[in-house]
Amino acid sequence: MSEARVCLLGNPNVGKTALFNALTGQRGRVGNYPGVTVECVGAPLRLGDDRTAELIDVPGCYSLCARSAEEQVALNAALGLGGFPKPDLVVQVLDAGQLLRNLYLTVQLAELGIPLVLALNLMDEAGDAAPDVAALTRQLGVPCVGTSARHGQGIEQLREAIAGALDERPLARVGVRYPEALRRDADRVADALPEAWQQGSVERRRALALWALMSLEDEDELTGMSPELRERVRDVRRDAGRDQDLEIVSARYSWLTELLARAGQGEVSGAAHPLTERVDRVLLHPVAGFAIFLVLMTLVFQALFTWSDPAISAVERGVQAVQQLVQGLLPETVMRALLVEGVLGGVGNVLVFLPQILLLFAIVGLMEDSGYMARVAYLMDRVMRALGLHGRAFVPMFSGFACAIPAVLATRTMERRRDRILTMLVVPLMSCSARLPIYTLVIAALFPPRLIGGVLPLQGLLMVAMYLFSTVIALVATAVLGRTIVKGKSVPLILELPPYRMPSWLAVARMMRDRSWEFVREAGTVILAFTVVLWGLLSFPKPPASVVETSAAPAALVAAPEALPAATVGPTTGAGHGAETAPPPDAASSPELEAEAERSPIAQSYGGRLGHALEPLLRPLGFDWKIGVGLIGAFAAREVFISTLGLVYGIGDADENTGTLREKLRAERGPDGRPLYRPLTGLSLMVFFAVACQCMSTVAVVYRESKSWRWPLLMVVYMNGLAWALCFALYQLGTKLGF
Amino acid sequence: MPTLADVAPGTRATIASVGGERAFRRRLLELGLLPGTSVEVLRVAPLGDPLELLVRGCHLSIRRREAAALELTSAAGESAG
Repeated sequence: MSEARVCLLGNPNVGKTALFNALTGQRGRVGNYPGVTVECVGAPLRLGDDRTAELIDVPGCYSLCARSAEEQVALNAALGLGGFPKPDLVVQVLDAGQLLRNLYLTVQLAELGIPLVLALNLMDEAGDAAPDVAALTRQLGVPCVGTSARHGQGIEQLREAIAGALDERPLARVGVRYPEALRRDADRVADALPEAWQQGSVERRRALALWALMSLEDEDELTGMSPELRERVRDVRRDAGRDQDLEIVSARYSWLTELLARAGQGEVSGAAHPLTERVDRVLLHPVAGFAIFLVLMTLVFQALFTWSDPAISAVERGVQAVQQLVQGLLPETVMRALLVEGVLGGVGNVLVFLPQILLLFAIVGLMEDSGYMARVAYLMDRVMRALGLHGRAFVPMFSGFACAIPAVLATRTMERRRDRILTMLVVPLMSCSARLPIYTLVIAALFPPRLIGGVLPLQGLLMVAMYLFSTVIALVATAVLGRTIVKGKSVPLILELPPYRMPSWLAVARMMRDRSWEFVREAGTVILAFTVVLWGLLSFPKPPASVVETSAAPAALVAAPEALPAATVGPTTGAGHGAETAPPPDAASSPELEAEAERSPIAQSYGGRLGHALEPLLRPLGFDWKIGVGLIGAFAAREVFISTLGLVYGIGDADENTGTLREKLRAERGPDGRPLYRPLTGLSLMVFFAVACQCMSTVAVVYRESKSWRWPLLMVVYMNGLAWALCFALYQLGTKLGF
Repeated sequence: MPTLADVAPGTRATIASVGGERAFRRRLLELGLLPGTSVEVLRVAPLGDPLELLVRGCHLSIRRREAAALELTSAAGESAG
């Protein structure tokens, strides 16, 4: 016999994940059930000395009724449709303090004839409203267990109840009295149910018919519904002309109210959580609440931008140490270079994101688990609504200022796929920390450090302007994409503000571990592959032996999306690359410079030739082939642009503070004899870096999160297209105006 | 008839009818916002939208625009608190 399957279902915010963790234990091996849109996590559940079952954690839902594909997951998981294995038992987790609303889902599960166990969780919070568990068990006829997952209470009783229920398959006794006319409607719909849905009792068929009657409509996003069923539902709804939705829900609520009365439960009224209400008076206060929110977000930003830095440096040093070790152990061959610069460099490119991912998910986990995330959505909904998104999109968008990789991963906190995709597509436009060194180099090289009007420093002002510019572009892109390519029916907001709770550290730790592992496993492989390809492009063909001396291979492909400029671009020297000796800066009249650059090994490589080939496309933006090569290198990570450009100019170890590189840029002359890098070129270059999608890791992570190449490709096309168009307009207009 | 969007924060009232786009309305019904249910507007978000409601011991937030589709029997007086 195959292993029994148990589904864990329940409303959001009832501690379902905490219960899942408590039941499966910390050492549970977590595997994914990749659904179409939502992933369900499964782990082995120990049931006794020699029995295990598989426990599947299904995303929270208030009802089985669905319009979107996301909402359909609960029904599919409960019935074993749409690629889900059929469960032997459903364990519904309920908020013991909110029984009436939670039992609404129980009614739906019971009517479908699914064997049930009820876990009345949050018993500790319910206080006086705590239900009489034995009375409820008697009334419903299925095992009910009071639990408090956070405190580990009731877990063993629940485990026993599950083990027993897998043998007995208990069915709940529900007897909702639907109006006669509605029953007739349901029977008409039942006749048109697909073959696979016809099995089981009359009650089950009627329940499925009611589900179809409430869920199917012309614009739903449900999959696997037959045209016959859709047509029948349309006919029945039209013929009836009554408010069937209200009839169904009212009948269920009336029955549930009676049930709870029989089980000795009164109606809940008023605020159930006085402490939460008192805290919200401050945290949601028009002035104080907003101020606290801004302070908290500043802290989050600071954490991602700065606090992660020592960890990032440590990762980089670790990777360098391994690279040097391998370098010393192996003879000098192409294979060694591939291993050290391509493969190990690629591993470094993946690992370097972990500090920020772990940090962001620690913060997101704490915010979600404590209940504050819902308040952030509440506070920011007005702003995000203007962009066609919900308040929940705020944290991912904001995190994009630090790094797009964790920010894209954070889009998971949004329920709708359309909202997630839209947010993913625009997050990379936020000016991430990897752009900072580019801005620093260009501003320092091409703009004089003078004061505007005697007060405002030009260089600082430009930096602020770049951040504002990227934010505006991101917001405009959100509004435009959301109304065109990622169009979705605007869905009204229904946001539950759960009571504040002490976060479960185990749940937060588990989330950090799972998200990081998924990133390493899935996005990581793509990043690794890109790094190897890029290394090949910039290393081959090998220049003739005479120039090998100055060969500075693109060791800088390992670079970090990090914050502090000083630490950022120090390219991982990877060891042993010759050209640490920079040529004297005064050797720089333009034709010589050009010839020298042409001779550099990197210019001879495939990547260099590609840079040359791109020149006609880049010329109208004010760039030459050398910048083209730099842009190719920048695909590994934006800040690599600087070290690649350095290699083109024969400077081995360039960063944005390298004076020689600045000198060389200033000395460059265009075909017309004017300086090639004028302030206008600098502006154009900065705009290009602000808007273009150049980061392979972002492409990889969007692929991983959207489960399709369609969205990352669209992202590359629209961002680079937009960058080109903006730079073209800027440079051409600027030139006409004589700048 | 007054709607939920009209009442001042701190007002407790009874729902007369629930309107609005179908899937949204269905979700509200399923959350227990049925005709005859008592509802209180607790507060309005700092930027003027959305509203925070207290229904059956549960805190829910919906936008003003959708709140306008929930009609009330009577916008009864201020609640104590």
